[in-house]
Amino acid sequence: MKTENQKAWFFVLPVLLLVAFNALVPIMTVVNYSVQETFGNNVFFWQGLDWFEQILRSDRFHAALGRQFLFTFLILIIEVPLGIIIALSMPKKGFWVPVCLVLMALPMLIPWNVVGAMWNIFTLPKIGLLGYFMNDVLGVNYDMTQDPLAAWITIIVMDVWHWTSLVVLLAYAGLVSIPDAYYQAAKIDGASPWKVFRYIQLPKMKTVLTIAILLRFMDSFNIYTEPFVLTGGGPGNSTTLLSIDLVKIALGQFDLGPAAAMSLIYFAITLLVSWLFYTLMTKDDAQ
Amino acid sequence: MARISLSGLRHSYLPHPAGPQDYALKSIDLDWEDGGAYALLGPSGCGKSTLLNIISGLLVPSEGRILFDGQDVTDLPPDQRNIAQVFQFPVIYDTMTVYDNLAFPLRNRGFDETFVNERVTLIAALLDVEPMLNVRAAHLAPDNKQKISMGRGLVRDDVNVMMFDEPLTVIDPHLKWKLRSKLKELHQQLKATMIYVTHDQTEALTFADQVVVMQEGEVVQIGTPVELFERPQHTFVGHFIGSPGMNILPAAEEGGRIVFEGQTVAVEGAVTGSGGVTELGVRPEFVTLAETGLPARVRKVSDVGRHAVIETMVGDTPVKAVVDQADVEQGAEVHLAFRQDQTRLYRDGWLSTEAAR
Repeated sequence: MKTENQKAWFFVLPVLLLVAFNALVPIMTVVNYSVQETFGNNVFFWQGLDWFEQILRSDRFHAALGRQFLFTFLILIIEVPLGIIIALSMPKKGFWVPVCLVLMALPMLIPWNVVGAMWNIFTLPKIGLLGYFMNDVLGVNYDMTQDPLAAWITIIVMDVWHWTSLVVLLAYAGLVSIPDAYYQAAKIDGASPWKVFRYIQLPKMKTVLTIAILLRFMDSFNIYTEPFVLTGGGPGNSTTLLSIDLVKIALGQFDLGPAAAMSLIYFAITLLVSWLFYTLMTKDDAQ
Repeated sequence: MARISLSGLRHSYLPHPAGPQDYALKSIDLDWEDGGAYALLGPSGCGKSTLLNIISGLLVPSEGRILFDGQDVTDLPPDQRNIAQVFQFPVIYDTMTVYDNLAFPLRNRGFDETFVNERVTLIAALLDVEPMLNVRAAHLAPDNKQKISMGRGLVRDDVNVMMFDEPLTVIDPHLKWKLRSKLKELHQQLKATMIYVTHDQTEALTFADQVVVMQEGEVVQIGTPVELFERPQHTFVGHFIGSPGMNILPAAEEGGRIVFEGQTVAVEGAVTGSGGVTELGVRPEFVTLAETGLPARVRKVSDVGRHAVIETMVGDTPVKAVVDQADVEQGAEVHLAFRQDQTRLYRDGWLSTEAAR
């Protein structure tokens, strides 16, 4: 017989305090800004939902949101299959396993702004190794500071370089947990390599892939540092993703109200899409 | 179905084996008759699974050939050998239904759906899994998962041999018994060659017509359960089979007589060979308490229901006896008699007496 009492609250209290100070209080501050107008000196005027309406109707926001979805979509459809393919081709045992794992982990250990700076220098025409090689050796016109397409290709390639490893490592962890008997049974059942992938490897990787896709979605949807350091959102506004636009509004123009409203919309979208992903991918298990 | 012959089989997991100690299988020559029910019995690590994986083609032996009906299949991969194998832990395809799981080996080989349906229905009926045919296999209980694993092995009617690698380890005891009798029944219906690997003597002796006993990579004896019990060819078989196992007693040859603890013991027949380490082997079932004979002291009496096991000391050597009624007490001084036609001499572990006539 369990005795019911309220003691558990005391154990939750420290976490509750911590969460209050690092999440609830900052978010409520943003909520506070999002419904008011201020001209400094701590003088505030009630604005209601005006800022939300303004953001949701603005073409600038639509364009940034569109670019953001395009970016996230592109990196997901490249990184997830690529990560699975690399994980499948990695050795399962022996000397090369730790070598591969360390090589895979290396890009992830580099700080985000360093990645941006590295790729910036690497791709600059004339100075950068890649920029020089493309323009002066191959004769291909490649300048990510001038050409929006080149800028897009560069930020996509940079993100793939930086983060495919995460998918690889998670998929690999899923793969090595499959007992040998499954592969042996599949051999005896006469299953083709595709069927082994489809009916054994993919189902066993499903949980870790769900996590990988969620993490990659959230990270790429909120990405700021790397494209900011690499292209600064340019040329023009062509690589101005949501977070870059947000910072421009909040700190560049100091429009705290619209920036706060935009943050909340941004947050809501991230939450909603993550929830959708998670629900869709775990739907089968509930049946 | 086919007759399977193994000739000069040796296998080492090391790339450059230095000596016999590096071999998991040391020289195996064996014939499995078509339609037989075999058990491969031995302690963990004796090479049973290695042998099985070599027959199925999951492992390529270091030396030797495997013949199916006289045809060399040593270099063929598992899917071309037409064999079925059931593993120790259930292997099921999580995302498929039970029906699709059972149909998988047939569909992979391009059989048409009418035939697939016919076989799956038949096997599902044999295994009592008809109500769950449309359930996703991931949701099954462990014993049903193992039934499905077995079903995938049984569903094909063209296999050369069906192999079971300790398939009942994960099953509850009462279900174990049910599944084992089901397998026996299936063997009689399907007339397929079956090889059943186990370290459990009860499983081996109840399932098989012929039991192959292995130890440290070698086959020590092949025989019917009765033969293994009555005339073990090796002290290992005597000790491993039976509960309690055979009494193995240090003995010496002195001018044609066999002497144990200072007493002459009569053995079943003429002694063959000479030299080596000699031991007497007699099953506890054939040791009786008598008026005269080997003097012994009772150390422990355990009543196990239908009979009693008496542990005695003859000098410094423990000897067990199985009797119907234990009318002695601990510490009592008794005399032991060995039944002569069941008392054998072993030389370096191998039987070294001729059978009584």
